[in-house]
Amino acid sequence: MKIRAQIGMVLNLDKCIGCHTCSVTCKNVWTNREGVEYAWFNNVETKPGVGYPKEWENQKKWNGGWTRKANGKIEPKMGSKWRILAKIFANPDLPEIDDYYEPFDFDYGHLQTAGESQASPTARPRSLISGERMEKIEWGPNWEEILGGEFSKRSKDYNFEGVEKEIYGEFENTFMMYLPRLCEHCLNPTCVAACPSGAIYKREDDGIVLIDQEKCRGWRMCVSGCPYKKIYYNWSSGKSEKCVFCYPRIEAGQPTVCSETCVGRIRYLGVVLYDADRIHEAASTADERDLYEEQLKIFLDPSDPKVIEQARKDGVPDAWLEAAKKSPVYKMAMEWKVAFPLHPEYRTLPMVWYIPPLSPLQSAAEAGKLGMDGAMPDVRSLRIPVRYLANLLTAGKEAPVVSALERMLAMRAYMRAKTIDGVIDEVTAEKVGMTGQMIEEMYHVMAIANYEDRFVIPTSHREISEDAYDVRGSCGFSFGNGCSGGSSTTDLFGAKRPRTVQTPTDIFKEQV
Amino acid sequence: MSDFLNTLLFGIYPYIALAVLILGTIVRYDREPYSWRSGSSQLLRRKQLVWGSVLFHVGVLIIFFGHLIGLLTPIAIFDAIGISHGAKQLLAIVAGGIAGIMAIVGATMLIHRRLFDARVRAASSNADTMIIILLWVQIALGLMTIPISLQHLDGHEMVRFMTWAQGIFVFNGDAASYVAGASIIFKLHIFLGLTILLVFPFTRLVHMLSVPVRYLWRPGYQVVRERNRRTAPLRTPAE
Repeated sequence: MKIRAQIGMVLNLDKCIGCHTCSVTCKNVWTNREGVEYAWFNNVETKPGVGYPKEWENQKKWNGGWTRKANGKIEPKMGSKWRILAKIFANPDLPEIDDYYEPFDFDYGHLQTAGESQASPTARPRSLISGERMEKIEWGPNWEEILGGEFSKRSKDYNFEGVEKEIYGEFENTFMMYLPRLCEHCLNPTCVAACPSGAIYKREDDGIVLIDQEKCRGWRMCVSGCPYKKIYYNWSSGKSEKCVFCYPRIEAGQPTVCSETCVGRIRYLGVVLYDADRIHEAASTADERDLYEEQLKIFLDPSDPKVIEQARKDGVPDAWLEAAKKSPVYKMAMEWKVAFPLHPEYRTLPMVWYIPPLSPLQSAAEAGKLGMDGAMPDVRSLRIPVRYLANLLTAGKEAPVVSALERMLAMRAYMRAKTIDGVIDEVTAEKVGMTGQMIEEMYHVMAIANYEDRFVIPTSHREISEDAYDVRGSCGFSFGNGCSGGSSTTDLFGAKRPRTVQTPTDIFKEQV
Repeated sequence: MSDFLNTLLFGIYPYIALAVLILGTIVRYDREPYSWRSGSSQLLRRKQLVWGSVLFHVGVLIIFFGHLIGLLTPIAIFDAIGISHGAKQLLAIVAGGIAGIMAIVGATMLIHRRLFDARVRAASSNADTMIIILLWVQIALGLMTIPISLQHLDGHEMVRFMTWAQGIFVFNGDAASYVAGASIIFKLHIFLGLTILLVFPFTRLVHMLSVPVRYLWRPGYQVVRERNRRTAPLRTPAE
């Protein structure tokens, strides 16, 4: 047994309102630079839909994730190492920028400079890559927002597998949900496996997956390897970039920007302990429908004295062990089993987990009464098909999703009975395999969701990772070489280069 | 061509080019690792890249290793294993010819894409455009030497080039005299080749030094960066 700790994330989709605050704050911090305008380390998709980039879930098309060979071993779906190297001159599995969207800006300046005219001036779009006029914008990072576009196109969504999807194209039967997506910081990442340079690595101390920008040579195999398409090639710097889980904040004990700014308070961050020696075994599970349960098995109980003892031996700091006991991620994903990994069938063992959303009862509209299963409505009569959620979260296995939805409904019934009728309804709790006390804790974490319950993040112990004396006076996080941005402000002869103002921050600086 | 110019271009210029190549590459690798990349533009435009890039790279690699082995292996080794000078020259003409055609077709597609595709053009640096044009001209010159070589198939001329190239590496002060009588096409080809070595550290060509063959025998699939367990004793500011 080799115990490692990771900061995991849970997103409660039941509470996501699709406001995109996470995406926008993330973009403002990390990807508002040339070369990554098209990249959204965090994006929110409306499901059902093909998503961003187009059809990212269709691995027949993109060859992302892992595949299990006949001999029981796993290898990247792109092929073995020599087959990956053979794609180095031209990678057939790489999306083109149009699969994401061509980034654009509008000629806002024209609104101020246009001469007097009969029609009011307009700000027309211009490509941020070529600088040329774009007559028509064909696609964007959230083109299918609130079920935008025809059903025939959106229904290419991979999660309709095994669902009679035609009826969901009708207005009366339609359903939708939001899916915020970021890097999964997998336990068995395919991007790391596919990187020929060895530039991508997983940090032992907190499990964050990062790309060493100085080692990356831009062979772009990681973009294809990642089944979630969450690695982006920076066309300007020629390096790949990805969600960094806001590691400078995590190290300081602060939540990621997307979590901090989430207005629906749907995001949770906490420590999870796992057995690193069993990653390979879990990822190689024969039946992909068992992958969710197999992944659960490698997580360790943070209150087990034997686990604590071994974790100390393996170098996990005490503060992390304490945080693991209070981890909201452990509670929701492992104790209550209401959160699930996204597409476990990719065999990447992802570490960003999702609580499936409840939805209005379909039969209530049809028959004027609820489809009742005893005291509780039958989750199969919810508007979002259980099979759809199962395809998204448990490789098609419906039972765990049904159980989670029932527990969430039971929580509502229990709390309604308690606050309105003044009754402690242990029967409802028992029906879903819980106790009243567990349900009250669940209510506290999931419904009340106080800041300190959502984010239990121990500060990282940099003093054991590096010699602080070496980094004194250094400039922290920067692109390029050390403190320089990778381009110099003076020319070869020391004169100041003329520079163009690009961002609001630049303009502000110039004025000061 | 005057003796002076001949010595300057083929006796001295090679050392300037090699010195800049070696020092420039080391300095860039050490000081500017963020700029060290292949510079792929496949994301921006897939069209023409798949065929162009594969043809170009495969062709150029064959030519590169052909030159490396063909020019720098002492002729005595070929004599010892019984390959006649004429046969070696014929091999070079046939293999180089096929690879050269592959490379120039690929390079033509890549140049067309780089100059006429709005996205790729906007994302190109001057060095990107310059180097692909330079390589195209160099491949064209190389192909133009074939008709000249066909006029003397005994391998005599080829051995003179080998003596020159090896002479440069063993600091033979007289090396330039071996190419003095060669055709102007050969001389242009050699001069441009040396120029490509000269500009190498300042272009995207450096990515060829990072060919990730190590990947093939990198153990397992996962890379985990461990906490640095401190081995050296703590330094204190007082020291």
